[in-house]
Amino acid sequence: MPSDNESLEEIESQALSDLGVVADGDALERWRVAYLGRRGRLTRVLRGLADLPLEERKRVGDRANRLKQELEGEVREKRARLAQSATEALIAERIDVTLPGPPLPSGRLHPTTQTLRDVLDCFVSMGFQVVEGPEIEWDRYNFEALRIPRDHPARDMWDTLWIDYEKDGEHPMLLRTHTSPNQIRIMEQTQPPIRVVVPGKCYRYEATDPTHEWMMTQVEGLAVDEGISMADLKGTLAEFARRIFGPDRKVAFRCDYFPFVEPGMELRIDCFLCGGDGCRTCSRTGWIEILGAGMVHPEILEAVGYDSERYTGFAFGLGIERIAMLRHGIDDIRLFYANDLRFLSQF
Amino acid sequence: MRVPLKWLSEYVDLTLDPRGLADRLTVAGVEVGEVISTAGEWEGVYVGEVVDVSRHPNADRLVLATVELAGERQTVVCGAPNVAVGQKVPFARAGARLIDGRSGQPTVLEPAVIRGVESAGMVCSEKELGLSDYHEGILVLADDAPVGVPLAAYMGDVIFDIDVTPNRPDLLAVVGVAREVAALTDVSVREPSIEYAAAGKPIKGRAQVEIADPDLCPRYVAALIEGITMGESPPWMQERLIGAGLRPINNVVDITNYVMLEMGQPLHAFDFKRLRRGQIIVRRARTDETLLLLDGTEQKLSPEMLVIADAEVAVAVAGVMGGLDSEIDLNTTNVLLESANFHGPSIRRTAAALKVRTDASNRFEKGLSPELPPIAAQRAVKLMVELCGGKAAAGIIDVYPKRRKDIRITLTQKRLHTLLGMELPVAQVRQALSRLGFSCRWVPPDRFVVRVPYWRTDVTIADDVVEEIARIIGYDELPTTRLRGEFPAASPQLRRELRDRVADLLAAAGMQEVITYSLSSLEELARVLAPEELSANAPLRIANPMSQEQEYARTSLRASLLRTLADNVRHHEDLIALFETARVYLPREDDLPEEVETVAAVISGRLPDRWGEPAGEPAGFYEAKSYLDLLVDHLGVSAQYAEAMDFALLPGRTAAISVDDQRVGIVGQVHPRVASQFGLEAPVAMFELSLDAILPHVMQVRHYRPVAPYPSLDEDLAVVVSADVPAARVQAIIQQAPLVRASRLFDVYSGPQVPSGKKSLAFSVSYQASDHTLTDEEVRRQRESILARLRQEMEAVLR
Repeated sequence: MPSDNESLEEIESQALSDLGVVADGDALERWRVAYLGRRGRLTRVLRGLADLPLEERKRVGDRANRLKQELEGEVREKRARLAQSATEALIAERIDVTLPGPPLPSGRLHPTTQTLRDVLDCFVSMGFQVVEGPEIEWDRYNFEALRIPRDHPARDMWDTLWIDYEKDGEHPMLLRTHTSPNQIRIMEQTQPPIRVVVPGKCYRYEATDPTHEWMMTQVEGLAVDEGISMADLKGTLAEFARRIFGPDRKVAFRCDYFPFVEPGMELRIDCFLCGGDGCRTCSRTGWIEILGAGMVHPEILEAVGYDSERYTGFAFGLGIERIAMLRHGIDDIRLFYANDLRFLSQF
Repeated sequence: MRVPLKWLSEYVDLTLDPRGLADRLTVAGVEVGEVISTAGEWEGVYVGEVVDVSRHPNADRLVLATVELAGERQTVVCGAPNVAVGQKVPFARAGARLIDGRSGQPTVLEPAVIRGVESAGMVCSEKELGLSDYHEGILVLADDAPVGVPLAAYMGDVIFDIDVTPNRPDLLAVVGVAREVAALTDVSVREPSIEYAAAGKPIKGRAQVEIADPDLCPRYVAALIEGITMGESPPWMQERLIGAGLRPINNVVDITNYVMLEMGQPLHAFDFKRLRRGQIIVRRARTDETLLLLDGTEQKLSPEMLVIADAEVAVAVAGVMGGLDSEIDLNTTNVLLESANFHGPSIRRTAAALKVRTDASNRFEKGLSPELPPIAAQRAVKLMVELCGGKAAAGIIDVYPKRRKDIRITLTQKRLHTLLGMELPVAQVRQALSRLGFSCRWVPPDRFVVRVPYWRTDVTIADDVVEEIARIIGYDELPTTRLRGEFPAASPQLRRELRDRVADLLAAAGMQEVITYSLSSLEELARVLAPEELSANAPLRIANPMSQEQEYARTSLRASLLRTLADNVRHHEDLIALFETARVYLPREDDLPEEVETVAAVISGRLPDRWGEPAGEPAGFYEAKSYLDLLVDHLGVSAQYAEAMDFALLPGRTAAISVDDQRVGIVGQVHPRVASQFGLEAPVAMFELSLDAILPHVMQVRHYRPVAPYPSLDEDLAVVVSADVPAARVQAIIQQAPLVRASRLFDVYSGPQVPSGKKSLAFSVSYQASDHTLTDEEVRRQRESILARLRQEMEAVLR
């Protein structure tokens, strides 16, 4: 065992010379373990002190502890120098910061879903709740209860896909042509006040072209309470248009007809493309039709058991694809459900 | 409804320019879909007079027509059969912009030499002028057309193409539109004259009308005009008919059509001599009765249909189309004119059953006013007397068993204000209504009594009157307010929220959402569903499919996704991962189908390298499963996988996913047989999960578990088991040990290092106690008990 100053001096000189060639953090750690670790050379000396006579213990102990402090100081200093030079080396290296990062998986929601969510969020923030209903419906809900009996000329407004199921010589089941049957379903189950929006797919017997698709996504709105007026309907729809199309669009209302509302109306905004001067997109009218709406027909309120003298309400129905087309500048509705990734990946 | 403004201006002064008027009408609910200008497109076309017609020297079917313009004569080669000396015709010079008579496309007229003769221009048909599709002869103008002036100046017009809503049959008439214009611009209407001299013998006793089924025919008016000279109607009438989109035929038919377009009441002219015993019986068709219609079709009738019969047989399908036998022709001298009112739904049903929709049925089905027939009949008789040289029989027959009462509606101020959201002065309400022809009486203190004009069959309740007031004032004049009052109680929408969460998770993890059609073909469904599955859940069929591809309500999303994948695979191996959340429709007996909210996904292609190149392994079963794992983990569902069989998936690479022993979905590699049916060659993996089935198991709110303050001890544990033991079983046993906080499989090995038929599974196991620092001894004992259990249950040995 090292028993005198010479050994400590040997340790010191070798330690310092070994440290001189240490070039990185790993080597420095190995050096530290070799001299200062649990079984390091200096540590062994310090452990061996107990076996020495008292006088010598004190002398060697003092020197050994001074050496320990010295070597620990060297480690700190060396570590700092190494860190400094590593940083300088990193700086000197200079990578090409324009290279892309490694690819992360990237997926997107369908543009219909994106616009649908924005529209629903808009109405939810106005206190509307989102509910849903069946896509395959009874004629009763899709037409009859909405004041569109069989042999009514308004049936021409909704070309229908019928389910091949007959009862009493009629086809009572169909693919819903609009989300409006949910007006009835909701009112049959609930008492006023009502504020709901109902999103969902709808279907029409329709040849497709750039502005017509046989499957589409609609949002139905319904509010019933005491004292609801056309002014409230206008305010609700104007707020919707402002949020979805921005504050700069002009909004206008015109009279329109749907059998289940009275009075009926249509919301229009000034044409994006021509700013109202008239172009192909707006059929030279300067206006783009956004949605149909109106005050819930009192006979419908009475039919579900509401007192139409006490309660009034409004309803509206809008097409999500059409709104998405206007927002994104899409000129062909058929792109939505062709699902070409070159289209979908743009949103 | 096409409304030529020149015609319209006969009944009302047009104080706005066409664009402004179209806007005003549209805003008030009378949508002008298109404003068609016929002037301006006739550059280079003039009114000419045919002064000579001679034979073409080289062609039998062609003639040389010499046309005089202002002070010049031009000779053209003409093939029209009706060209004659003295006619005023539209003459197009070379360079004129026309419509090509054959192709229907716009064209510029070039000078031409036809069969050796130079043609200096062209005499035009309606089609060439873009007026109609008629191209059988040239358009003959009125005799007083001014020679030499541009055609646009003479007959150029603006036509409103109005999209009439089904509730407003009164607007399928020029006079009806004039009433709207008058109301909206605050001017008055000039109703057409119905005064004529009845110079003939009384109709009474010579013709009889009987309504056998008054429920289907509330009113029948008949008039008789004798001594008619058949021929063409005058050019002014022909021009108007053409402008409105109808073809002139002969003077009598033209008058019936003209009055229909003018007043909205369809009329029918019978050759009186062909009506046996001069009798008209309005009755239901007899079983198996047939009728040869004007369009030449022989129709089998049924007792649901109303017919007009003479003493013996049906001569017309009421309100739809006349029969060929009683039709007037060029030898007709006496006309019995029908002006009747029929039950709308019955007409609609009959027209639909016969597949014959006509201008008449289109009006009747919307419910015309029973007040209209005598007025329209008198108008038509007047025109026949004036234009066909006929003598009107004195009087008309008017069978009207149940006279309609005036509609009176009470509207309270309160209702008006509630619906509009604003107060309106009494005078303003009265003024708005009177402009529309409503009479309005204010009954103090709080109500109006409104009498509805006969032509407004759509106005029946107080709210209808409110709409009339609002649209005259203008919807834009109403205030704009926010909903007030109590918010309805919110109910949770877990199903929709789950769907949104799933879509968000899959998209964020790299899948693209697609939305595909809900209808599919049986053939495509049969590719991905086993025959027994298809017969157990036979897809609902569409009774009137648009095509075979869209004939069945899909019971699975698989086929649509595989087809969409195939559509997007284009000669490269990029990774494509698609998902859809949608409903599938499982039929139920005599009820709407069960609509099961489902998510499905497909994945194919090679995994990307550092540069995004498809250089890695082809995505397969495990890539599909990792998305499913992600869903299950984030939704807090505890699910189990087990090997399974599926018609469309590859055995040995298919797993069923279950929650609480209930199967909720499947994941697997698509069977190459199935993939190739969709044109997919590379491996494809997919999963399908019923969102409705997992919904009850989704952890809506997670509970916090305290993070233990004591250190964990981590060690690796590798065991050798038989190759067919699922790793999940081994891991479940490890995980059940009380001191195991977490375990993760990090290596699966089979090869020379382990006995054949065996595999090594290496787990990283983390031990931790919640109340103290574990000792090595505790961990050792726990490890031993795990190994003992593994040994006992699956003969596992420590590697």
